[in-house]
Amino acid sequence: MHNALFHISKRRELPWYSAWGIRGAAIVLALVVCAIVTALATGLNPLAVYGTMFQGAFGTTRRVWILLQNLAILLCISLAVTPAFKMRFWNIGAEGQVLIGGLATAACMILLGGKLPNGLLILIMLLAAVAAGAVWAMIPAIFKARWNTNETLFTLMMNYVATQLVAFFVIVWESPKGSGKIGIINQNTEAGWLPQLAGQKYLLNIVVVAVLTVAMYVYLNYTKHGYEISVVGESERTARYVGVKVGRVIIRTLCLSGAVCGIAGLLLVGGTDHTVTTSIADGRGFTAVMVSWLAKFNPIGMVFASFLIVFLGRGASEISTIYGLNHSFGDILTGIILFFIIGSEFFITYRLSFRKKEV
Amino acid sequence: MFDIVSFIPRAVMQGIPLLYGATGETLTEKSGNLNLGIPGIMYVGAISGVIGAFLYERGGNVQPFPAVAIPLLCCLFGSLLMGLLYCFLTVTLRANQNVTGLAMTTFGVGFGNFFGGSLIKLTGSDVPSIALSATSAYFSKSLPFADSLGAFGKIFLSYGFLAYLAVVIAFVAAWVLKKTRVGLHLRAVGENPATADAAGLNITRYKYAATCAGSMIAGLGGLYYVMDYASGVWSNNAFGDRGWLAIALVIFTIWRPNIAVPASFLFGGLYILYLFIPAGMSLSVKELYKMSPYVVTIIVLIIVSVRNKKENQPPESLGVAYFREER
Amino acid sequence: MGNKVAAVQMRDITKSFGTVKANDKVWLDIYRGEILALLGENGSGKTTLMNMLSGIYFPDGGQIFVDGKEVTIGSPRDAFDLGIGMIHQHFKLVEVLTAAENIVLGLREKGRLNMAAVERKVREICETYGFDVDPGQKVYDMSVSQKQTVEIVKVLYRGADILILDEPTAVLTPQETDKLFAVLRNMRDSGKAVVIITHKMHEVEELSDRVAVLRQGRFVGDMATKDTNAQEMTNMMVGHAVSLNISRPEPEDPRPRIEVKGLTVRSIDGIVKLDDVSFTARSGEILGVAGISGCGQKELLEAIAGLQPTERGSISYINDDGSREELLGKDPLSILEMGVSLSFVPEDRLGMGLVGNMDMTGNMMLRSYRRGKGPFLDRRFPLHRAEWVRQELDVNTPGLTTPVRRLSGGNVQKVLVGREIASAPTVLLTAYAVRGLDIGASYTIYDMINLQKAKGVAVIYVGEDLDVLLELSDRILVLCGGKVSGIVDGRSATKREVGMMMTKLGGGRSA
Repeated sequence: MHNALFHISKRRELPWYSAWGIRGAAIVLALVVCAIVTALATGLNPLAVYGTMFQGAFGTTRRVWILLQNLAILLCISLAVTPAFKMRFWNIGAEGQVLIGGLATAACMILLGGKLPNGLLILIMLLAAVAAGAVWAMIPAIFKARWNTNETLFTLMMNYVATQLVAFFVIVWESPKGSGKIGIINQNTEAGWLPQLAGQKYLLNIVVVAVLTVAMYVYLNYTKHGYEISVVGESERTARYVGVKVGRVIIRTLCLSGAVCGIAGLLLVGGTDHTVTTSIADGRGFTAVMVSWLAKFNPIGMVFASFLIVFLGRGASEISTIYGLNHSFGDILTGIILFFIIGSEFFITYRLSFRKKEV
Repeated sequence: MFDIVSFIPRAVMQGIPLLYGATGETLTEKSGNLNLGIPGIMYVGAISGVIGAFLYERGGNVQPFPAVAIPLLCCLFGSLLMGLLYCFLTVTLRANQNVTGLAMTTFGVGFGNFFGGSLIKLTGSDVPSIALSATSAYFSKSLPFADSLGAFGKIFLSYGFLAYLAVVIAFVAAWVLKKTRVGLHLRAVGENPATADAAGLNITRYKYAATCAGSMIAGLGGLYYVMDYASGVWSNNAFGDRGWLAIALVIFTIWRPNIAVPASFLFGGLYILYLFIPAGMSLSVKELYKMSPYVVTIIVLIIVSVRNKKENQPPESLGVAYFREER
Repeated sequence: MGNKVAAVQMRDITKSFGTVKANDKVWLDIYRGEILALLGENGSGKTTLMNMLSGIYFPDGGQIFVDGKEVTIGSPRDAFDLGIGMIHQHFKLVEVLTAAENIVLGLREKGRLNMAAVERKVREICETYGFDVDPGQKVYDMSVSQKQTVEIVKVLYRGADILILDEPTAVLTPQETDKLFAVLRNMRDSGKAVVIITHKMHEVEELSDRVAVLRQGRFVGDMATKDTNAQEMTNMMVGHAVSLNISRPEPEDPRPRIEVKGLTVRSIDGIVKLDDVSFTARSGEILGVAGISGCGQKELLEAIAGLQPTERGSISYINDDGSREELLGKDPLSILEMGVSLSFVPEDRLGMGLVGNMDMTGNMMLRSYRRGKGPFLDRRFPLHRAEWVRQELDVNTPGLTTPVRRLSGGNVQKVLVGREIASAPTVLLTAYAVRGLDIGASYTIYDMINLQKAKGVAVIYVGEDLDVLLELSDRILVLCGGKVSGIVDGRSATKREVGMMMTKLGGGRSA
């Protein structure tokens, strides 16, 4: 008969500083492991590597701007998936929702560019991107609400439908013909390009996302809708009991989720890239899932979580360039850090108690 | 003219990695673990095999047995580690399965591409790929008479041993799940861990075993892709979205590995159908063809949920960590 | 009995959940060839104690001896190996598997799995004891009593010789109960140890050889059943002689408020839960609802509250001016929008009535969050209400920001009832309002309900304790198998009479 050496039980609740202490310790530990891995893989001095990463992220003004831009986009998508997650609706279809938003934006730019005044065009682009993202997210939501169709799998599949749809239109609108890609749209007229604030290419995106962050925080915490989302997420039965129409809340929330993804698509296509490819979302739809979860669905926390991930990505790409490593090195480091943070949650939720062996 | 004799072998070869992935993921999901790290695991399986083969080929003097065994073992070992990592986080530490899985995919794809890239650098080749033609020759060796029996040989005998192994594993997995005690217990663990626990089953052990076995099977899919399908050529990101397609296949087959055998060939066929559509059709339509496996999967998912037949639902506790003293 | 070695000895067993001590230094002996009734009120720790014997929970402290040897039961498997089998109140069955598959689940038999042989053996067991189970039937196709039968066959199949049953009769018809008791006696006579967890006195008297009593997680005492009587056992259970003395003011100006006619409800499985139920609930009056558990009480309340799809019938709400509103087919929101102020204290407090992870304010908001125009929440109002409930009902909580799941059962219930009456309802539905509460808290709840009655609220009180129903209610509606067995006057009816009506339609008077 085995004698359990330790016993796991649920913690009552940790004060916030202990919880963040554990997470912080996990990150530090992860950085140490990353340093060891880096040293093993490359034979370089880990401290020098981190110095280089810092350089890569903050070294020049341009780099800071790029960092902020990447941060803004990742944060935007993370904000988008959050209301759904808070409702325990596992929307891992942000990738597709962003793509569709971007595609709708590009469609407006290509088809209407030069035919409308720019202000009107941008307004139409905004509406189109929001609507496209919302519809894309609403399809799985309707089935979830009506037939309880598994949303994780459904939204996952929708990503690839979106990818192929973009691939289709890329060929339809390819320019020049035969190149297999859409070049910069409206390069000469700049029709449909989002305006630059203060001469900075990325500033508009950053401002828009900052506003969205605050708005999402308020929405989730201070509005009736936000409250309904929490109740549905905690217990559907309770929600029904107080007269919340659960199906309606699911569909409405996913509309919002998709719409914000659509905005991310708009910012990417209309604001920075001015073209659309199947990789504009670049896996950020999935990364956002992790960001949102790491931040415990708190929009303010997401700023830091996104920052951490973007910093790692930018830093690692700098290492790769300088030391001639592969760019995927950043993914490995990101993965390691995520594993540590994911694992650390256990020690926040549960308590290990060691029992003394009885003689 | 639609050339069915050349279409079928290509569809099958395209389907085999999916079949491995789907069989592995089905086993995993039957234990209640939704492992979204499968795409990453397939990358890790593939690159582990490639590293093994690469180092062995470098030593010169390539013998048939080690040339097959070394990559195979490396692949199994690499995927096993990934499976263990997933289990440690989700089962032992009860972390969120979706988040863990996605992090594993990020990590795994990065891992594959990083080491792939490093090996490419080591070879100093001009093209961004590694060719392991000697190893691949053993892996893709077809059955005897494949060439002499015309269409029959081409359709049934022209594959490397890993292809046949995939089919065997799928049928064995189906048999184990349906007919054996272990399978019965595994299904119970995935459906209702509290009940299985009360029945005296070790939930942790079943989840670890199923998930690790599933990871290793999925890893073989990556190995098959590199060594056989791609003729031993590794290039970064070439494996593409096949891991997600494998997860789609699990849903499409409503968690039955035996159905996955024909279904994977169907998916493989849909995946390459665009190559066989009559010339003159626009290039863009080909992209729409590539969409079909996903659309078909969504339709199956919808039909299954609308019909709401208990046997066809995902395992009931899929995606939920089990803690006995939850209250 | 002194010369027998106890099959199981539990010594100083202690188990806590958070701050709640479910078991506190409990001693218990279980003997072979004996049926032990483990008696105690809801929440007295009976099930927790037995769960530690069957390996579901692990004790925080104490020792367990089986046949004189100390053992560690860390998992259900350990329990099986010791010959301990438990039939849980909530069935531990896998829905998509067949009866036979569930029965062999977890068994470590040698050789290949031969389902045909298993099914044969299951049929044999069924024939021996007169059970009616199709081994090949999927569990999701089964009725509740069939599922329980599968559970029992499962334990028999394993040849367990220490058998624990957690309130097995709660879901059974009287005939099924008799059959079960016969089986249990057979098992005792063949030398097995049987433990039955119950809070029904007549079951203790009818079946058991010995009775052990728990109260608030502590062991109170045990004795041979033949040497004791219901009065003494009740005293041990509740701690002092039951003299309820619940006040029952005369209803003032009762008028029809809710009129239910021909209500028929079918569950998703197609089982008739309510069959042609008709009655009237009046303002300023408490209508008690009595019945064996699972006789349609839950469906009745949920149908009125707009949470239960119905098949036939009507539910009318009658305003003071005599005008009627139909509630049937409306959801809770439309009922609210019609201006009907209906409060409902459901049985499942943390799963339905409250959100465990929210604090008191957040839970008050469940009813009030729609207040005010515009998209924003009014947080002041629920905060005041939370403060009011806390003071008025003396809720013991570290603070208003503590998640309610961390409060004790009684305080959780006070939060729920407090919120429901704070909205000044005209109809109050309560299901098992005092379940799991201590005596003091129970009386607080009775007083609150009486206060509502005095304010002219029509109260429908579903209860399980007949003594309480008979002292609190003005009238008692007795349900039996989803049908109205009768409506009796609470002041003149006897416990015997109501008890009879619960088990037999009309109390067996009508032919």
